This record gives sequence, C-alpha cells and structure tokens, in this order.
Amino acid sequence: MSHWIIAPVVLPAVLAAILTLAMRHHPPLQRVFSIAGVATVLVVAIGLTMQASSGAIEVYELGNWPAPFGIVLVLDRLSALMVLVTAVLALVVLLYAVGTGWDQRGNNFHALYQFQLMGIFGAFLTGDAFNLFVFFEVLLIASYGLMIHGGGRRRLKAGVQYVIYNLLGSTLFLFALGTLYAVTGTLNMADLAVRAAEIPVEDGALLRVGAVLLLLVFAIKAALLPLHFWLPETYAEAPAPVAALFAIMTKVGAYSILRMYTLVFGPDLGATADLIDQLLIYAALITLVVGMVGILGAKRLGRLAAFAAIGSMGTMLIALSGFRPETTAAALYYMIHSTLTGALLFLVVDLVRERRGPMGGAMQPGPRMAQHGMIAALFFGAAIAMAGMPPLSGFVGKLLILDAVRGMDEVWLIWAVILVTSLVAIVGFGQAGSAIFWKVAPETGEEPAPAPQPALPLVACFVMLGGIVALSVLAGPVMGYIEATAVQLHTPEGYIAAVLNGG
Amino acid sequence: MELLFASAIGLLTAGGLYLVLRLRSFPVIIGISLLSYAVNLFLFGTGRLVVDMPPVLQKGVETYTDPLPQALVLTAIVISFGMTAVVVMLALGSFLSSRDDSVNIGPETPPEQENEA
Repeated sequence: MSHWIIAPVVLPAVLAAILTLAMRHHPPLQRVFSIAGVATVLVVAIGLTMQASSGAIEVYELGNWPAPFGIVLVLDRLSALMVLVTAVLALVVLLYAVGTGWDQRGNNFHALYQFQLMGIFGAFLTGDAFNLFVFFEVLLIASYGLMIHGGGRRRLKAGVQYVIYNLLGSTLFLFALGTLYAVTGTLNMADLAVRAAEIPVEDGALLRVGAVLLLLVFAIKAALLPLHFWLPETYAEAPAPVAALFAIMTKVGAYSILRMYTLVFGPDLGATADLIDQLLIYAALITLVVGMVGILGAKRLGRLAAFAAIGSMGTMLIALSGFRPETTAAALYYMIHSTLTGALLFLVVDLVRERRGPMGGAMQPGPRMAQHGMIAALFFGAAIAMAGMPPLSGFVGKLLILDAVRGMDEVWLIWAVILVTSLVAIVGFGQAGSAIFWKVAPETGEEPAPAPQPALPLVACFVMLGGIVALSVLAGPVMGYIEATAVQLHTPEGYIAAVLNGG
Repeated sequence: MELLFASAIGLLTAGGLYLVLRLRSFPVIIGISLLSYAVNLFLFGTGRLVVDMPPVLQKGVETYTDPLPQALVLTAIVISFGMTAVVVMLALGSFLSSRDDSVNIGPETPPEQENEA
C-alpha cells in the first residue's frame, strides 16, 4: 500500500496550518512556501498518474480499517487525471495571483488556497460517499473565504448569495446520503454499488429518490440549469485568480456525477435505468444554450467569462449523459480543455480590467492599454478555444463529442444545438473583442503613459495558453489515456473488487 | 413515534424553506438553521427508530440500534454549526458595508465602482 495517495490531501492541509501559524506576517515567505507546496503536489500528481496509467486500482485504507468499515481513498485513472489537472491549474493560477499581487489584497490568501486544494484533491480521491460530503464542505468553506478575498460591497453581497446557495446544496446532499443509507445500509461507494444492484427493481423507489437527490446536489456544483443561478454573479465578482481556480470546482460536480452514475447507479441498474441520462441530457442542452446566449448578451467581461463557463459545462455534460465509453472519453477530453480555457479566460479578463482602470470590464472602447496587442492576442486565443474554432483544443473536443454522440437517440438535436451555439459564441466573443480591443477611443492628447506592468501574470497566461496548445497537439496520446479511463469507468467490477478485497 | 418524527422533520423543512425564500439575510439564516435541524433528525432516523437499545453489536445482544447514523449526525452538526457561524459573519459584513440586508444583489453598479477593491 503506497502512502503517496494521501499526499495531495495531507500536504496542503499541513502547509496551510504552517502558513497561518508561522508565517502570518511574512508575505514573501508565504509566497515561496505556497508555490513550493503546489509544485510538490504537482510532482506527486504526475507520479500518481504514471502509477494509475498501468490500469491498476490503488486503494488506501485510512487507519488500516478494511472497507466498507473504514474510509478508503481510491486512485484509479480518473482520479489521477483529475488530480493532475487540478495541480497544473493551481500552480499557474497561483503564479498569476502572486504576480499581480492579488494575494496581498486581503489576509490569509495562501492558507485558504491550500485548504481549497486539499478539499478538491480529497473529493477526487475519496471512495466513500459521506467522505465526499466532508471534502465538499472543506473546499466550500475555503472557497467562501477566497470568494470575498479583497472585500468590496458587491463582492460581499455575491459572497452571501454563494454561501447560502451552497449551504442549501449541502443540506440536500445530507438528505440524499441519508436516503441512500436508509436503503442500503452503507456509504462506501463500492459497497453501495453491490447493495444497490441487489435491490429488486420493484422495491427501488427510495433508491431512485436518493439517486435523483444526489444528482441535484452535483448539478448545483456543476452549474447545470436550472440550478446554475449561483455561478454568474459569483464568478464575475470573485477575485480573478479565485474565479480561475473555481474553473475546477464545477468539474468536481461533473466528476461526482461521472463517478456515482457509472459506479453505483450505472446504466445497467434496473431501478434507475433511463432515468438519470434522460434528466441530464435535456438539462445539459438547455445549459449550453443559456451559457452561449449569455455570452452574446453579457455587457461586462466578467459575466461573459462566467457564461462561457456555464456553456462549456453544458457541452461537457451533454457528452457525459451518454454514459457509454466513447461519450465518456469525449466528455473527459472536453473537461480538461474547458478547465484550462475557462481559467485562461478569467485571467485575461482580469488583465483587461486591471489595465482599463475605472472602465473595468465594461464593453466599450477605451484608451489603449499597456501591452495592448499581447492581451488582445491572449483574449483571441482564449475566445477561439472557448468557442471551439480550429486549431485549438475546443475544436478537437467538440469534434470528439459530435462524433461520440452518434449512437444516441437525440443525435440530431445535440448536433444542431452544439453547432448553432458555437456560432452564437463566436459572434458573442467577436462582439466583445472588437468593442474592447479593436475600437480604441481617440487619444485626447494628454494621456498619461500606461504604467509598467509586471511580467509574471502574462507569463502565467501564456503558460495556460501553451497548455491548451499542448492539449490540441498531443490530443492523440491524451485520448489514449482517456479512452482507457473511460473503459475502466464502465467496467466498475474492477473498482469494486479492488476496494472490497482490500486492494 | 414514526408519525411524530416524520411530521417533525416535514414541518422543520417546510418552515426552513419558507424562511429561506424570504430573501432577507436574517430569515434566511434562521431558515438554514431549521433545515439543518431537519436534516440532522432525518439522518438520525435513517438507522431506524428504536427505543432503549444499545448502540453496539455485542455477543448476546439480539436487537441494537445502528451507531453509524449517530456518528454521521455528529459530523453534520459540527459542519452545519460552523457554516452557520460563517454565514452570520458574512451577512453581517455585507449588511454593514451596504446598509441593506436583502439577499438580492440589485442592479449593476456604474463602471467606476467595479474595481474599488
């Protein structure tokens, strides 16, 4: 039993405590340790991914209690992939936060950031449904602090909404877990899968209730319509690096849907067959439409980026709702793409807002910004990737999804919606880009020279863009890993055996 | 007993939901507290309701009450308590900075105020 599995959870937890207790008044030290910590986790994540790519499922029994009595952490291909994506995102975003000085606009940014990472990694690694709830709470509590980092009237208001919405979500999560426990008498995911399969179809009413309640909870996290109301205001008002990190938070919801509805309530389970995917597909289609129309209608860049995040979640969940190996693989590729692109978009939007001063993200022509051309190029890259135009990974991802859904009943509807909304997104991004970058307000003569800007934020943005390019160029090898992941997910017998037989 | 227990949960949930929908921060917080009481009771009930039974499985004990929901409830109580404290602080901060306890954010501010932080 390798102890590395728990490192992504323990390391940020310990580091966060040290950051608050020992380095409270030493911002440079905090920065160094925080970056070093995330870099270490990234190295561990690469190691874990290499370990998982062999196809073996690694089980870590906490306190050496055998499952299903103790809590287990499980490392399979999907968990390793999610941890790796999170670690990459976290490092780049942290560099951006340090480079722009966002981390010094309030207290305890780095400690909260580490706790946030701890919660996200834990949610990806755990093999116990109640433990998933606990890690959800850990990441939420940290996100409440990060969300209002820097303060401000509007941000606090948005923060209150965000907290209330998510508290209601947590309550619903507990109701769902209680229902499942009452029916099956267990909360270990692998054990749940075994017990759920033993329940006769005609007695499955409560099981169905539990499954749908759980879907609602994950839909809140994944910002699936009609439960997306928390997202636009939260993402638009949150500090930019936090909004960029939140790009992975919606994926926690999507990951949980994928995990629970392939492992426990799989397509073959009589009680919930044809229930989950039918609910999911139409909600995802509407999510995509609303997200892309939101891009077109947004009056400020922050809201534009937020609706782009909703739209890309819709695209991803359309593919996810197929619950077949090929659609799952397409969804996973799109998930990596949408995480990187969403984060990049929020960072670029912040660069624009910081440089335009009082104009902020309003879509009106303003004076030329410092490094105008470079930022315009970054926005252009992010917009192309998000809208799904060639040559970046958005195009590859949408192509994969269009190809993978061919076996589904709703194929024409899906094709029509994805293609039309892509056009809407292109128009929306084009409008925004031309308003902000193309038309420059006439010089009034007495313009002060733009203040010199630090280089690190731009470097972070270009690294993110480089990641998107790499994802497009290396689509072949990445898909190789992902297709094996999808196959592993759709044969849950291996996972169940690994957990219940003690790894 | 089951009827009493179930209707208590139902009443708490209904009251909590009603208060949450009032969209003023004080009723919303009370509503969330009521909801968390309801869910705690609900979790407690998932181990089946029995009276005067030991919560452990021992030799010679035929009927016992399920100890796991009690542990789950304990976790849920701690978390919801902490969360309530967080939301109270946030709501208070929001009220003090904007002199308004409505949960709705209201119209967009003019551009010059957006980047005040």
